[in-house]
Amino acid sequence: MIHFVILMSRQGKVRLAKWYSTYNMKERARVVKEITPMILARPLKLCNFLDWKNIKLVYKRYASLYFVCGVDAGDNELITLEIIHEFVEVLDRYFQNVCELDLIFNFHKAYYILDELLVAGELQEPSKKAIHKHIHDQDELVEKAKNGTAEDGQAK
Amino acid sequence: MSIRLRDLIKAVRACKTAAEEREVIAKESAALREAFREQDQSYRHRNVAKLMYIHMLGYHTHFGQMETLKLIAGSGFPEKRMGYLGLMILLDERQEVLMLVTNSLKMDLNNQKNGYIVGLALVALGNICSTEMARDLAPDVEKLMDPASPPYIRKKAALCAIRVVKKVPELLDQFVTKAADLLNDRNQAVVLCGVTLMLQILELDGTLVDKYRPTVPSLCRILRSLLQSGVSPEHDIGGITNPFLQVKLLRLLRLLGRGHAESSDAMSDILAQVASNIEANRNAGNAILYECVQTIMGIESIGGLRVLAINILGRFLSNKDNNIRYVALNTLAKVVSVDTQAVQRHRATIVECVKDADVSIRRRALELVYSLVNEGNIRTLTKELLDYLAVSDTEFKPDLTAKICMLIQRFAPDRRWYLDQLLAVMIQAGAYVKDEVARTMLVHLTSTPDLQAYATRAFYRALVSNVDGAAPTLLRAAVWVIGEYGEMLLPSMGGPLLEGEAPMAVSDAEVVSLLETVLRRHRSEPVAVEHVLTAAMKLTARLPAQVARLKTLIARFTTSAQLEGQTRSCEYGKIFGHERIRPQLLERMPALDEAEYLRTNNLEGPPSAPGSAAPSSGGARRANGASSGGALVTAANTAASASAATKAHTGSDLIAGLDVLGVGGGGGVPAASKTLVDDLHQLDALLDGVPAAAPLAAAVAPAPPVVTDDLLNLLDVGLGPSPAAATPTPIADPMASILGGTLTPMAAPAAAVAPPVPLVATATAASPSAPTIVAWQQHGLIVTFTLVKHPANPACTDILAITTNNNPTDITDFTMQVAVPKFMQIKLEPASGSLLTARGGAVTQKMVINNTQHGVKPLVMRLRIIFNSASGQSVEELAEVANFPPGF
Repeated sequence: MIHFVILMSRQGKVRLAKWYSTYNMKERARVVKEITPMILARPLKLCNFLDWKNIKLVYKRYASLYFVCGVDAGDNELITLEIIHEFVEVLDRYFQNVCELDLIFNFHKAYYILDELLVAGELQEPSKKAIHKHIHDQDELVEKAKNGTAEDGQAK
Repeated sequence: MSIRLRDLIKAVRACKTAAEEREVIAKESAALREAFREQDQSYRHRNVAKLMYIHMLGYHTHFGQMETLKLIAGSGFPEKRMGYLGLMILLDERQEVLMLVTNSLKMDLNNQKNGYIVGLALVALGNICSTEMARDLAPDVEKLMDPASPPYIRKKAALCAIRVVKKVPELLDQFVTKAADLLNDRNQAVVLCGVTLMLQILELDGTLVDKYRPTVPSLCRILRSLLQSGVSPEHDIGGITNPFLQVKLLRLLRLLGRGHAESSDAMSDILAQVASNIEANRNAGNAILYECVQTIMGIESIGGLRVLAINILGRFLSNKDNNIRYVALNTLAKVVSVDTQAVQRHRATIVECVKDADVSIRRRALELVYSLVNEGNIRTLTKELLDYLAVSDTEFKPDLTAKICMLIQRFAPDRRWYLDQLLAVMIQAGAYVKDEVARTMLVHLTSTPDLQAYATRAFYRALVSNVDGAAPTLLRAAVWVIGEYGEMLLPSMGGPLLEGEAPMAVSDAEVVSLLETVLRRHRSEPVAVEHVLTAAMKLTARLPAQVARLKTLIARFTTSAQLEGQTRSCEYGKIFGHERIRPQLLERMPALDEAEYLRTNNLEGPPSAPGSAAPSSGGARRANGASSGGALVTAANTAASASAATKAHTGSDLIAGLDVLGVGGGGGVPAASKTLVDDLHQLDALLDGVPAAAPLAAAVAPAPPVVTDDLLNLLDVGLGPSPAAATPTPIADPMASILGGTLTPMAAPAAAVAPPVPLVATATAASPSAPTIVAWQQHGLIVTFTLVKHPANPACTDILAITTNNNPTDITDFTMQVAVPKFMQIKLEPASGSLLTARGGAVTQKMVINNTQHGVKPLVMRLRIIFNSASGQSVEELAEVANFPPGF
């Protein structure tokens, strides 16, 4: 299973962190602190896997962002890379050419998308199209509610 | 006025310093607190979003936790969506606030109108569910897995169930069949989640495999349908349909086929199809092949299928992509136990990977090499690894060195090779070689006489070529070996050269010069100095022509500031005063019991080579120990030869058990072991009839306190009429404690004893010994005192008084009183009894004396001894005891 997903910039700034195993706040900070330099220090052409404690870090860099997953040592590293790629593709389509700034200002949306992709550290939806549909539907629900309350306000 | 989330992010990003950022955050946090206090509803979800942002920056956000719960409890979808997100980000499952959300979750799970609200609740539950929540909400989750729910809910419920059963494994049973039911779903996402849940269930309870085996045909069917391209464009990734599901299916098949021939057979067709049809040009394809190979190797598959899998791994291994090579090595490591032959074929490639630039790949490859090595290929592989050791990164060296040493120890084909290779490792990376490795090697060397000359020459060469840079391990081992077998360096003494060995002409003067050079270059390393001193002393018995020079070398350290070195220097200096016993004192170490050493230290050793002594064969190998034992037997004529033999045996075992003399142990250990041997020889000499030698033994032999004590007891056995008094056990025990404590117990008494008085004068006193004096002797009674200094306080002395009755009759009502001058304090414990039986009956009594004028006035005391003799006559005797050794 995936224990955590962390998105970090090349400067080591965390842009998104999702924890599927139980880590308290202190442990979370420590994990980030320990893995950041390890990942950032690796030259590009090396493999995308790194042993760290009893888990394995699978990471990939997209433009200025590193996507890092901590998975069980026995997991399929290649398919984890594929999951990361799927996440990136969905983000890309949602934000239309996603860039780091999109994720900074809309971090909550990135989380919503991730929640449609992974639950309990496992992949829940292999179809990008389905994810889009669900995100889109929920966004619409929110819009509708917003307009609704706005109208209500006007009515009063 | 509350600002927008976007504005907050902008404000934070505009900050140029961390202090500025803290200020912005502090201000915003204050505003948020204010808003929360006022129960501001309209901006609540914006505020929680801001809170999450602040949290992500690493600031405290406890104060807002309740707000997320309020959002969740609200009715609108936007509030709930933000609320659940906040719940997952701001809280972890161990926080008690979480308890409060259970009710809202239950309501939302049962929301009939809006499926997305159910989805939100399931996601939250799946990500942060606690044990209590799992118990409370498991029935609801289970219900949502029913076919009645839409696929969107079913898949989420299945994954949520993973978290639930992980938290509360007792709930497993409810989900076993539910999970399998999901396999028939038409939605691939649901099938994926169902398979994932099944995998989790099997992980928690392996016995359920039988229950799931009937699903093998349907799993194969699903996999087969995925292999047809273009069936579901929605799930297509680079021409492969739903690789995620394929990987999970293959993994599940592996668990079901493992150890079960029938199922393995049922799935072999589809596995072959996957292995041969999947294109390996994309990551997704490789992911499937990787999983497929693991499954093929994990189940009871037929030979042909295995060949297919191994070939795929071979292709992986030669792939240019590092990721692929990494997984290939990873898989080979798992496969090696199943099919070593197949893996051996790729040996060359694997060894290449040990030299890769990427640490992840190197680690994998090294582990693999480790499991690949056997007696047949150890020579070539070790050579490769040694070559690589020379050029590898520093951070990688410790690992690599440890592995190489372990391989050499385990698979060495013969002793000479073993020595050569370990020496090579020590020369190249001595800093990383563990002490145990060097010690084990020396233990083996002591029991392999044919190689001693060879090894000495090799070590000599190694040391000469790099005195300055030699790592401590190499230095200590080499110095020890030269000390033990130094004379073998001389061409006349060393015997013929072994095959392929370069001839070497060394004179005795050069050997001593080397020691001098080592001392000069490593003067500041106490352990090196100590080793050199001991080696030099030993060499005085090996190289008679160099005695004068060695003596000077040793004497130089009588004024050293390093306590242990100084102690040795002084002690060894004294030995020159006893020329008669010096050669015996400095005899070679006895052959050590390898098997025993390895067993007690949980180590691995090389197989004993033909021609060298077998590890556990006793006898000749213990020549040295046996000879001292023999002396005991002849001297102690009264002792039954059997019991004496036991003693001798114990004695030699003691030596053998000693944590190898030497090397590495640092400070005290060599001295301790050496002295023990010395003591045995001393004993020899004494028993041979050196009169009144007891004080000499006490003064010269720098034995640890307890040991001398017992050795002297042994002495008593030889002389006294009662051989039963000293059993082998008391000898063994103190030794064991010394060994167990390594060097600390040695160092402590040494430190305690050396007082700040003229050095040479204290040389004798400085020996951390437990001298015994005869305090009083009359009427057939002997009172002996065994003196032990307090380690922490040299002014304090523990005295054990033993009164022995040598009369043919019993002595009754024996009491002893002690008086001391005013400047001393005495604590006298009660005696062990008042009856002294005839011929050897004894009474012991302990006392502690504190000499407040220690170093100024010596110990002195007066005894009053009262007893009834055999004739019933009461006897009272007064005596003064002033023959305490100097220093007390």
